[in-house]
Amino acid sequence: MIEPIAKPRRKNPLARTRLPTSPPHPRSRKSHGLTRAAAEGRFMLQRCGACGAFSYPARDACPACLSADLAFVDAPRRGTLLSETTLHVPADVHFRERAPWRVGLVAMDCGPRLVTHLHADCEEGRPVVMSFQLDKSGQAVAFAYPERETPNMTDDRQWREMTADPKFRRVLVTNGRSVVGQEVVTALKSAGASILFVGVAEPWKPFRGEEALRALEGVQIVPLDIGDEKSVMDLAADIGGKVDILVNTSEHVRAGGLLDRQGTSVVRDEIDQSYLGFVHLAQAFGPAMRARGADGVNSAAAWVNILSVYALANWPAFGAYSASQAACLSLSHCLRAELRPGGVKVVNAFAGPLDTEWFQTVPPPKVAPRVLASAIVSALKRGLEDIYVGDVAEDVRQRLAANPKAVERELGA
Amino acid sequence: MQNTIRTPYDRVVMAVPVTIPYVRYSIESAQWWIGRALRSLVDGAGITPRDIDGFCVSSFTAGLDSGIGLTQHFGLCVRWVDTIPLGGASAIAALRRAARAVQAGDARIVACVAGDTNHVDSFRFTLENFSRFNQDAVYPYGAGGANASFALIARNYMRTFGARREDFGKIAVAQRANALRNPNALMKSPLTIEQYMAARPIADPIHLFDCVMPCAGAEAFLVMGEDVAASLKLPAVKILATIERHNAFGDDPVQVRGGWAMDVDELYTMAGVKPDDLDFVETYDDYPVISMMQFEDLGFCRKGEGPDFVRQHDFTIDGSFPHNTSGGQLSVGQAGAGGAYLGVVEAMRQVLGLAGPTQVKDARIGLASGFGMINYDRGLASGAAILAGPGA
Repeated sequence: MIEPIAKPRRKNPLARTRLPTSPPHPRSRKSHGLTRAAAEGRFMLQRCGACGAFSYPARDACPACLSADLAFVDAPRRGTLLSETTLHVPADVHFRERAPWRVGLVAMDCGPRLVTHLHADCEEGRPVVMSFQLDKSGQAVAFAYPERETPNMTDDRQWREMTADPKFRRVLVTNGRSVVGQEVVTALKSAGASILFVGVAEPWKPFRGEEALRALEGVQIVPLDIGDEKSVMDLAADIGGKVDILVNTSEHVRAGGLLDRQGTSVVRDEIDQSYLGFVHLAQAFGPAMRARGADGVNSAAAWVNILSVYALANWPAFGAYSASQAACLSLSHCLRAELRPGGVKVVNAFAGPLDTEWFQTVPPPKVAPRVLASAIVSALKRGLEDIYVGDVAEDVRQRLAANPKAVERELGA
Repeated sequence: MQNTIRTPYDRVVMAVPVTIPYVRYSIESAQWWIGRALRSLVDGAGITPRDIDGFCVSSFTAGLDSGIGLTQHFGLCVRWVDTIPLGGASAIAALRRAARAVQAGDARIVACVAGDTNHVDSFRFTLENFSRFNQDAVYPYGAGGANASFALIARNYMRTFGARREDFGKIAVAQRANALRNPNALMKSPLTIEQYMAARPIADPIHLFDCVMPCAGAEAFLVMGEDVAASLKLPAVKILATIERHNAFGDDPVQVRGGWAMDVDELYTMAGVKPDDLDFVETYDDYPVISMMQFEDLGFCRKGEGPDFVRQHDFTIDGSFPHNTSGGQLSVGQAGAGGAYLGVVEAMRQVLGLAGPTQVKDARIGLASGFGMINYDRGLASGAAILAGPGA
């Protein structure tokens, strides 16, 4: 059974911050089929299209029949822990400073055997449930946990290395004026976040929900206008060393595409607020987060972007907005690569139109801000990297996988 | 026992067992170690490098060089070359390939060499670059080389067959006793069962004295026709039988046996001897649990009887079952691919009566085995050879 983790004490300012290290990251190209699965929280294995056999590790030919038709498919997660060991003297620096570390060999009910990280409550000879997780190097690793929930399950030391659980972490939510921002704050608070810095531009202007927000224990309203580089830098100078999770809830949604707009001022606003705002935040907060990726229980853990699913395929009714979101998506991949040495995850939450004033004229289904907030918290707890929130986002994801050209034509119809 | 249709190794012999004494760390390259071994072969045989027309080499640390590049490095002009990357099974495989080449007339004198250096970071580099499955699905889990893989195998074996740590300890302690008689062994101090039991854990149930120490060194031998050996007046070792098997029993959930179990009958049939006829055994001992499995798989007892077999025998040089008489890798050191050759080269010395302080009295016939390549969750390669001296 796992002891609950204790709330970390205030950090001794004289103590050296332990630098982040990465577990071994090289993988074969084929193995990134598992990276994709882990990023979305799916459990996928290769299954032979010819003979149906599952296989692992990632291969280029089926070991049962030599077929090359080895697609990654969602696979049954259940297996049995055959044998386990506790590593006391790992060769690699990352694990050496985390020893003792438990690993095991699991026989999947569907056939393959997986060398895997173990949740502390896994017992030899007993059933386990498997997932693929992104480790601190950002690569997929197998993780086994008990079939039934056990007390304080998510406080497991090895599990917490794979996730960005908000419990006892300090969070910056960049825009507290919006409904989405307020819902994210509430959800993170329920998930155990200890301090919630909530950015508000021009705080002297009152806004709806302000009282409830200020009444939440742990909330600190901070001045932040992400379109203004100095405002972002000033805030980072104050709190940059204690932001463990950053959720960028800033939004700037305007309808319209290219030809029916006159001039570039609206487009420029979209770029200033969305794209350059992201740049400002990343440059101000990213370096400190990257350096604090191994800073104890409340190490820096994740950066969350809320992106329109139309970042993936332009929706001409909101065409210029879609383009600004595509720019942010591209930049998120750059940020992901640059935060990776710190073991800090970049989570992209793709949502369809939100049920907010800026999508007033759009017919349902729309995503309730509360649903988006709870999906973000769930992604942090599970250690996911890409989530699709709501029916429209899921619809676009599936259609893009099937035929991107069809999506383009149909969105532009 | 079944019949064998394999051609015997008639008129082919091994000669000139060579060991370049090991060091824990070396600033020299693998090429340096291989070069010293070649020189010792040439000196030991009383030939010139020009007389070597076949070259078979194994090394983890030779960088970009395979056998072909090394021919130029060492000024060898050969008509047969092989590079064998089979880890702990490399020596058995080298012997098999070289013997057939000589028998067929493709080469006259084959130099079989394994040499590795050990820089302070060599071992980690080898771990990181071992194999694709290891890279994708083992190394990212913190496994310190084979330790974790063998821990999973050993724990399962202990639970399934009732082996205890003390049983593994008995093997390690006996080998240390043997090593104290071998001036080339890196381990120089005695080991008691109490010390073995009290050692620090590395990856449960693997503790410190279950692990080999990576080091630098080289081992080598020559394979040639019986007539060539006679003309050079070299004491010659006969090859009675060999087996080799890879990726056997892939459906066993956890490895409890090696490929030997598949071919053991043929080994003894081809040799025309029984396990009882052997005067000594050199198993591949990267961990004692693997030696115990070999006692079963090589026919000295049945599957699951390994622990009892160990309890009943004395594995020292003068004991009831002389085993890893040089001290084995556990006490001599693991010089990379040289570890594969250690038992074979020691077996040659034993049957030739040249083993000096580690000599088993009146040893005429012995067995040496190999095991290697923990590609993912188990060792893939296995091999064994039964060797005999001139009097056998």
